[in-house]
Amino acid sequence: MRDASPAKIYALHIGVIALLFALNFVLPDYHQGLFARIMALAVFAMGYNLLFGYVGMLSLGHAMFFSAGLYGAGLTVYHLGWGVPEAFVAGVACGAVLALVIGLLALRTSGVAFMIVTMMFAQVFYLLVLYFAAWTGGDQGLVIQQASRVITIGGASLDLTNPTVRYMSALTLFSVVLIATLAIARSRFGRVLVAIRENEERTKMLGYDTVANKLAAVVISGAICAASGAAYALLFGYVGSSFASVQYSILPLLWVLLGGAATTLGPLIGTLFMYYVTDIASSFTSAYLLIVGIALILLVLFAPKGILGSIRQRWLGWLP
Amino acid sequence: MPLLTTKGLSRHFGGLRAVDGVDFALMPGEIRAIIGPNGAGKTTFVSLLSGRIRPSSGMIVFDGADITTMPAYQRVRLGVAYTFQITSVFANLTAFDNVALPVQRTLTDGRSKGAVRTGVMAALERTGLADRVGTLAGQLSYGHQRLLEVAMGLALKPRLLILDEPTQGLADSEIDNFIALVREIAKDATVLLIEHNMPVVMQLADRITVFNSGKILAEGTPEQIRANTQVQDAYLGATHG
Ligand SMILES: Nc1ncnc2c1ncn2[C@@H]1O[C@H](COP(=O)(O)OP(=O)(O)OP(=O)(O)O)[C@@H](O)[C@H]1O
Ligand SMILES: [Mg+2]
Repeated sequence: MRDASPAKIYALHIGVIALLFALNFVLPDYHQGLFARIMALAVFAMGYNLLFGYVGMLSLGHAMFFSAGLYGAGLTVYHLGWGVPEAFVAGVACGAVLALVIGLLALRTSGVAFMIVTMMFAQVFYLLVLYFAAWTGGDQGLVIQQASRVITIGGASLDLTNPTVRYMSALTLFSVVLIATLAIARSRFGRVLVAIRENEERTKMLGYDTVANKLAAVVISGAICAASGAAYALLFGYVGSSFASVQYSILPLLWVLLGGAATTLGPLIGTLFMYYVTDIASSFTSAYLLIVGIALILLVLFAPKGILGSIRQRWLGWLP
Repeated sequence: MPLLTTKGLSRHFGGLRAVDGVDFALMPGEIRAIIGPNGAGKTTFVSLLSGRIRPSSGMIVFDGADITTMPAYQRVRLGVAYTFQITSVFANLTAFDNVALPVQRTLTDGRSKGAVRTGVMAALERTGLADRVGTLAGQLSYGHQRLLEVAMGLALKPRLLILDEPTQGLADSEIDNFIALVREIAKDATVLLIEHNMPVVMQLADRITVFNSGKILAEGTPEQIRANTQVQDAYLGATHG
């Protein structure tokens, strides 16, 4: 972050939000739906980026935080008949509490051990989802009916199954989290997180309790990922165990690497890019995963810092 | 009353006694130099003081409080600052961010007031780095990185500033500025300085402690140390022919 005027930075982020807002009115139906999904999942990527990009901690278990939100919101609606706002809060709370517990245990390790420990915990979470199939629906999952996905405030009601309402809800969550991560990245706390990534020993010798700072980052990251999961359940009406599988721990890592780790907008770009490459490739061939794989390899070879990371390095040093 | 004392402080690495039963006392406001041959245990000794490594046995008291088992980051908040022998500034961060980290620490603790930028610029100006504020630390010259290291220590508002070979790699002109800087720092902090450059030691130190094989070999004023034949044999021998 070199000689950046705050006004320029905030203008860029608000511009991106305004662009996404405008897209709602021009995108064809299919792409409008895809964008809503991408924005909801970009929140997952932003939560992951906070820990991986800024603190430099590589977790292979973030599917558990996403699905804590997914099930926290989905199951309270499905079984307890909770309203949408309460269910969303329940989802985020589940993710934050889980992240606190996992953080307290996993922060005894770092590096490869941290990767393995988080992966093991996520695997336990996944198996628990399958074990309690009577409530979770197991690998079949549960469909949340349209009637449960309507927010009524006073006389007005918002139907989350309506494409525009869904798009705007996803955009709202995306915008709040984007501005929040920007604020964190530019804050004193954000500066300490980056210092821990660069040299944890040195950071301690400047008077910082690095373990406490890392724990705070794990909890915020877990809560953001859970918000993404909760929104996903409520907006798209489905919860299932595949979201807790290891694939969903790897995906946010790929999105962030593609878009650019430790950039505020990288997670959106990475998620968008992956989704569209997959979408376009699968319309040509059933071997679309091969094409996705090749695209990934090319990017890692020619833009190891990800799309936005490379742009920042070459041209726009002021990007946060 | 001394600001810092150690009693029987030891640190073993396997069979090697890097620091071996050291009793040491430092008075508030003094500039103390630690000298001794390579491998004498100087860095290990100050690392024990700063909490970067744990003692095998012995005790450390700072300002009347036993800090032997206190984590390093808490000692820093008490006012013990340590600058590294091997330059370890944050290479990928700007000079500004490097110094902002210690400045915001003291602001959070309420040990200083004002804006982060004011504190950062003050520390950079004292070390002559103000015009490098936006430069990545890794792109600074070696001498400037050493000074940045000192600026970071200063910005912690320390009561005890430990400098581990701060003049290593500095040009002669930079050394003169450095001596002036340490004198100024010593107006409101106690300075513990490990230094190989004898002219610097002789100009700055109120007292000198000589380490050899993990033990204190001698201690005294610069004149006493210069006259000490044991020290001449162990350490100054080379320079006295
Ligand atoms: N982490 C460690 N593990 C094993 N041995 C160590 C470790 N740190 C230091 N030593 C050994 O302890 C002894 C004292 O080392 P120390 O770095 O304290 O010496 P020094 O007086 O600072 O030397 P120099 O003037 O070269 O900086 C040396 O023999 C060194 O090899
Ligand atoms: Mg040393």
